[in-house]
Amino acid sequence: MTALAARAVVAGYRDREVLHDCDVCVGAGEVVCLVGPNGAGKSTLLRALAGLLVPRSGDVRLDGRDLRSLARREIARRIAVVPQVFETLFPFTVREVVALGRTARLSLFGRPSAVDRAAVDRALDELALLALADRTITEISGGERQRAVLAMALAQEGDVLLLDEPTAHLDPAHQLATLALVRRLARTRGLAVVAVLHDLNLAASAATRIVVIEHGRVVVDAPPLDALTPEVVGRVFGAGLEVERRGGRPVVVPGALP
Amino acid sequence: MRTAFVLVALAVALVASVLAGILVGAVPIAPGDVWNALWGNGDAANATIVRDLRLPRVLGAAIVGGALAVAGALLQGLLRNPLADPYVTGTSAGGSLCAVAAIALGASSEPALLPVAAFFGALASAAIVWRLSSLGGRTSVLTVLLAGVILSSFAAAIVTLLLVASDRIVLRLRAVLGWLLGGVAILDGTELAVAAAIVIAATAAAIALARRLDAFALGEETAATLGVDLERSTAAILAVTALLTGAAVALAGVIGFVGLVVPHAIRPVLGAAHARLVPASFLLGAVTLVLADIGARTVLSPAELPVGVVTGLVGGPFFLGLLLRQRRRMLV
Repeated sequence: MTALAARAVVAGYRDREVLHDCDVCVGAGEVVCLVGPNGAGKSTLLRALAGLLVPRSGDVRLDGRDLRSLARREIARRIAVVPQVFETLFPFTVREVVALGRTARLSLFGRPSAVDRAAVDRALDELALLALADRTITEISGGERQRAVLAMALAQEGDVLLLDEPTAHLDPAHQLATLALVRRLARTRGLAVVAVLHDLNLAASAATRIVVIEHGRVVVDAPPLDALTPEVVGRVFGAGLEVERRGGRPVVVPGALP
Repeated sequence: MRTAFVLVALAVALVASVLAGILVGAVPIAPGDVWNALWGNGDAANATIVRDLRLPRVLGAAIVGGALAVAGALLQGLLRNPLADPYVTGTSAGGSLCAVAAIALGASSEPALLPVAAFFGALASAAIVWRLSSLGGRTSVLTVLLAGVILSSFAAAIVTLLLVASDRIVLRLRAVLGWLLGGVAILDGTELAVAAAIVIAATAAAIALARRLDAFALGEETAATLGVDLERSTAAILAVTALLTGAAVALAGVIGFVGLVVPHAIRPVLGAAHARLVPASFLLGAVTLVLADIGARTVLSPAELPVGVVTGLVGGPFFLGLLLRQRRRMLV
């Protein structure tokens, strides 16, 4: 069983401590959504889980092994990350970007094998990008670019997938399609998924578990219905939001504006 | 297929431009006589002109042009900045500073010493620009250019100081100045061989780094999550860039814009992937500088211009155009 776990993580940047004593874990087949107000530390926690930010105290372990003891290459074979910002001024094709997902599996001069090419094709197919494969990343839309980056992470074929706002540049239909894909991958391939999401309703429909973060601390870690209670939403996200139950899921709606 | 075709076409163009470079010169020599002279036959004066003057100059231009173009592709990839090259980032200036310092200390008698000195100068300035550009996580096009301006002016001030203050240099100020301004006029065979060996090895290393450079284009953090060891890769890219720039500076002083223009000409044709960009840039850079040098020798014939003047005249406006385009895309 794959498991990525942060234990008592304290982390931050320079003189600013962002995370205080955070515990979060994800196992195979789970989709854990990190939600919280702006600046709560969601992305920072995701970076710590990816091994990009070394905790000041506490640790992040992948199957019991501290990420600090693993080389970047070893981590990359297990953990794929979909970044929030992605821009390049250079005209790589979509296929080339997706193929970069295989970087950690190739030797210095090694050419991509049939296995590598198949992984790239499968990732392109899964995100409906085959028709765009030879277009350059600079000429496609923001949403298509976001799908290309997700495809790159899938081509990595790790067993942990970390996503930072994967739906930020997508229209509603693609938001749902992307999250449905992520859920399906978790279920069918046993991927362990952690996603930072802004939209509480998307989180409620995608997550098997929701972790609410406020001021760098985990306030709630529970299935959607138990996590997004009226009490928690009101306290963490402020008044003016109402929580309803619909089809066994919490739905957060804005209350009447004054 | 397309890549192979373009590379072969560029290689043919390189051979053709080298031949043209040997045929053209202040002293008119018939093509048949040039051919004989090349193999040491025929008129002795012709043999001297072709073998000792024209051939080293043309080969020197090819090596320097190739080196600068590959260094430009590496800097653009590392800094994620289409407006970078050894000249505008001050890397060449740093190299020339250390080379001039080495001459002032009396190193000019040793042909291998100049590229080594220039290597360290180029490495230091490239590292400074990289460090400044990566402050705050995101690379800004303007930061790189400003850092380049600062480094270049600083290096130029010290170079001027050395030129005036050093007795060794004052004695042959004209030769040193001619070299500094970007000339491939008088090249010694050993110097040429040393530089060629460095440039070929460094270009091979650049091709080996291609996949990592591709990953860098998506941002440092993303490159790390793809499995790239940032520190080692950055150090390797900076070192290879400095080797190429150092060799070019040692041969021909500071030549602007070749490294900037050439990768830009390649990308629309072969795409951005460095495994293709690097070898194609080498070939096109070599062709470009050989042609520029032919121009430098013929425009004011029989007087000769330093080839850096020609690349500056052509590259300056090109650079301005690129800057305007970036500006319009709101990426500066």
